[in-house]
Amino acid sequence: MTTLTHDPIDTASGHSHAHGPTGLMRWITTTNHKDIGTMYMIFSFIMFLSGGVMALTIRAELFQPGLQVVEPEFFNQLTTMHGLVMVFGAIMPAFVGFANWMVPLMIGASDMAFARMNNWSFWLLPPAAILLLGSFFVPGGATAAGWTLYAPLSVQMGMGMDLAIFAIHIMGISSIMGAINIVVTILNMRAPGMTMMKMPLFCWTWLITAYLLIAVMPVLAGAVTMILTDRHFGTSFFNAAGGGDPVMYQHIFWFFGHPEVYIMILPAFGIVSQIIPTFARKPLFGYASMVYATASIAILSFVVWAHHMFTTGMPAAGQLFFMYATMLIAVPTGVKVFNWVATMWRGSMTFESPMLWATGFIFVFTMGGFTGLICAIAPIDIQVQDTYYVVAHFHYVLVAGSLFALFAGAYYWLPKWTGHMPNEFLGKLHFWCSIVFFNITFFPMHFLGLAGMPRRIPDYALQFADFNALATIGAFGFGLSQLIFLVVVVKCVRGGEKAEAQSWEGAEGLEWTVPSPAPHHTFEDAPVFKG
Amino acid sequence: MTQRDSKQRRAARLAADNRQLLLRLTLSAVVMFGFGFLLVPFYEKICEVTGINNLLQPDRIEIGNTQIDTTRTVLVQFDANLHDLPWRFQPQQRSVRVHPGELVHVAYEVGNNRDIAVTGQAVPSYGPQLAGQFFKKMDCFCFTQQTLAPGEQRTMPLVFVLDPALPADVTTITLSYTFFEIQGRQAAKVADDGAS
Repeated sequence: MTTLTHDPIDTASGHSHAHGPTGLMRWITTTNHKDIGTMYMIFSFIMFLSGGVMALTIRAELFQPGLQVVEPEFFNQLTTMHGLVMVFGAIMPAFVGFANWMVPLMIGASDMAFARMNNWSFWLLPPAAILLLGSFFVPGGATAAGWTLYAPLSVQMGMGMDLAIFAIHIMGISSIMGAINIVVTILNMRAPGMTMMKMPLFCWTWLITAYLLIAVMPVLAGAVTMILTDRHFGTSFFNAAGGGDPVMYQHIFWFFGHPEVYIMILPAFGIVSQIIPTFARKPLFGYASMVYATASIAILSFVVWAHHMFTTGMPAAGQLFFMYATMLIAVPTGVKVFNWVATMWRGSMTFESPMLWATGFIFVFTMGGFTGLICAIAPIDIQVQDTYYVVAHFHYVLVAGSLFALFAGAYYWLPKWTGHMPNEFLGKLHFWCSIVFFNITFFPMHFLGLAGMPRRIPDYALQFADFNALATIGAFGFGLSQLIFLVVVVKCVRGGEKAEAQSWEGAEGLEWTVPSPAPHHTFEDAPVFKG
Repeated sequence: MTQRDSKQRRAARLAADNRQLLLRLTLSAVVMFGFGFLLVPFYEKICEVTGINNLLQPDRIEIGNTQIDTTRTVLVQFDANLHDLPWRFQPQQRSVRVHPGELVHVAYEVGNNRDIAVTGQAVPSYGPQLAGQFFKKMDCFCFTQQTLAPGEQRTMPLVFVLDPALPADVTTITLSYTFFEIQGRQAAKVADDGAS
């Protein structure tokens, strides 16, 4: 991957080579937003594969009823760590990587606002990942309280839990620093002529996401700190015996947790909003409404947290409030889906791999959105709480939502990153394998959940056997399909069809005015944006 | 020359603007960290105001609503559990038959088998769960933490009234207490005892 930004291509600004140390030290000391973006993405892909191996072990155990592959205790560790690794290790850093690479290029800035802090934000992540993954090897194993780390389980577990808490602290600090950097870059460093309402939508969604991160990551840090002091320093925040309340943990956690799910999906909306206009060869339909919809989703996300807690004995008035507030979020989300479809309407569409992924995203994400609405209905949620229905729902929005959008974005900007077009055949193969196997994996889980199969359990009743076998076959297919992506990226870095500055026919925006691959230094003199 | 000057000045201004925004955003992050902890008293206040989760506070009797409903009799069963606590803990009577509205006195016996002082907290739960809101406790050992000296035996009171608004289909209520050890308290006690 080192060739990625080393290519001695002539640039407008005349700088083409990295300065300073070479080899490993270059990557450790780099303050270049492109280098850091690349490292974020490599890191998140490694975490994605580790989380994927955990998922496949879970699915292997669930292939048949009974216990075959792993011990129940280890199974619980796997479900917990799969969630933590995918959320904090794979999806979030991947989006930060995209922001690092693309935000300065899109707004015509020479780099991120705080380049040295940017380096820190990234290099906090590998130690956090080592703490998290290393917790498998301590006495008692990794935390097995579920990725939500609910008290009282999380107050009782072994030292694996402490390691997870520290990992979350470090990853939280990293995210907050990254978010501050992005906000400052977007607000202060736009090229002359680029007003807020002319900004590419990816920057808008990331700006709002960054505000969400600054608002809620500290709350998560507070929640896990309370667990830590409950565990070791005799406090009783969540300990009923000392006058605390375990349900309060759920309130604090989901006050973070619900905005968090939008942190993981809003940048995905941004990526898709860049790709659809390019391949429909039409400007985005309803740009302003997209911005307002994103902001409304972000604001509403703060008043819906207790829809994760309908079964905790909330008063009916509370249930109704959180139910209606949650359903309200469907309105701005619906606006977005409508705008994407309206952008495609009568467009001159072609389906290169980025567009395939983006279209697939809209289709499958919308299905996840609908099951979300179903879960929002309090009387139904009480039936499906903690069943596979919920597992199906959030994998439809997180895998088919966030992850598919990440792949769409990767195929879209790979020419800009590497200077070579990604292999179309492999890209399409990756897409079709992914979307087919994804649905084989997760669609049956709706039926399992409705029939009452609980989540996070290594064994199940015999009547669930067929759908589980199907889901496992799908999961292995899906997991192996992701190796195609690895091949595409490696091939793309090594060579392939040369990419133009404007790599896609309909692509617009400042990032397509710089050569492909983007030189090490871009926009040292701010461009004048006419849009 | 002047162009370069203005460029430098612009860069300096940008750096100052960036620093100011960085400061503000960092401050918001710190404030939000504090806000997370602020949610704790906020949560407790909400529970207190709305009457959710007030397991450990005395209930208020509304004067004038203490009419005894002698047409109904409800069986109240008492259950006592210990969570990792080497105590003896049992009700003096397994069950009583009460009329809604009637003031009832019962007692539990508790004893510390350990040779050190131990502090415990009893947490009540009700079966059926929704009957809990009609079970008004005037006095209960669960309102405070109990510290028992080594070998100490104690009889602890429980005074309650069943709200006459109790739904007619509820004929049996089980009140179950679980005593939890308050971690950290007994360690301090041991240190005190050692000093004295």
